[in-house]
Amino acid sequence: MTMSSALDITRAGNPPRSVFIDFPLGHTAGKPFDRPLQREIMIETLSAFETIQTPGSIKILPFEWSADHSWKHAGAGESDNRTERSAEPQYQTEDDKTAASEGKLAEECIVCSNWSADSARPSTV
Amino acid sequence: MSEPPVEYIKSITRQYSKLGYKPYGWVYNTDAPPWQPLRKPLAQSRVALIASGGIYRRGQVAFHTRDDTSLRLIPTDVRMDELRTAHFAYDQTDARKDPNVVFPIDTLRGLVQEGFIGGLTEHAFTFMGGIYSSRRVAEELAPAIAARLKDEHADLALLVPV
Repeated sequence: MTMSSALDITRAGNPPRSVFIDFPLGHTAGKPFDRPLQREIMIETLSAFETIQTPGSIKILPFEWSADHSWKHAGAGESDNRTERSAEPQYQTEDDKTAASEGKLAEECIVCSNWSADSARPSTV
Repeated sequence: MSEPPVEYIKSITRQYSKLGYKPYGWVYNTDAPPWQPLRKPLAQSRVALIASGGIYRRGQVAFHTRDDTSLRLIPTDVRMDELRTAHFAYDQTDARKDPNVVFPIDTLRGLVQEGFIGGLTEHAFTFMGGIYSSRRVAEELAPAIAARLKDEHADLALLVPV
């Protein structure tokens, strides 16, 4: 099951089972700290495993981000909001960087495809 | 007033053209999608959470922003305050406040407790989307995830993109 907040992109990818929620990107599974909403979204999503019978179906979930739809126009500017692309790990905090370098979670820091544990750098870019 | 969903492909194509970028190569899969009928009721099924929002656990190496096809395994009993995000292409403000918005691990744990689903795999699987090579996703990342879903006896895969 694929959750989605980008209906056209999901249609193009054509996964076997999907649900669509019309929320701003970065909120596919709900609003922060709204536990009842997060639970309802997940129940609707998981239920679709049992109800979708036709491959490629997208179930539209009955949730609205806000009565005001102005957020739908917020991302339509001409600027590029993406962060510059870099081959350096982008830590949320400096403290995370230190924690990673201590290697306490080396066993769990499993990176399957292109990671070289020796160098702590991607082996391929 | 209700409005139709945002047309991301159109608006991104227009934006790239205005900025003078090369057109983005959207993936259009025209073949019928693969299909597996459910083998068990939800209440007996083991669910695997797979998320592309760049979630990592404190102590793990963060994602980098240039076609990173690497995968992190996050124990599904992880504490919320150990979760972090690293991504170049979406607003992470809310995800960093409450990772459940892109990595619904508490939500799923609650539904296991309620008996709505049977359980979770030992790990959740996370990566950073925005990989501009669909070939590398198909050849490197997807098979790596599929192999682990088998190892951990997942019945159902739940994919959460951003």
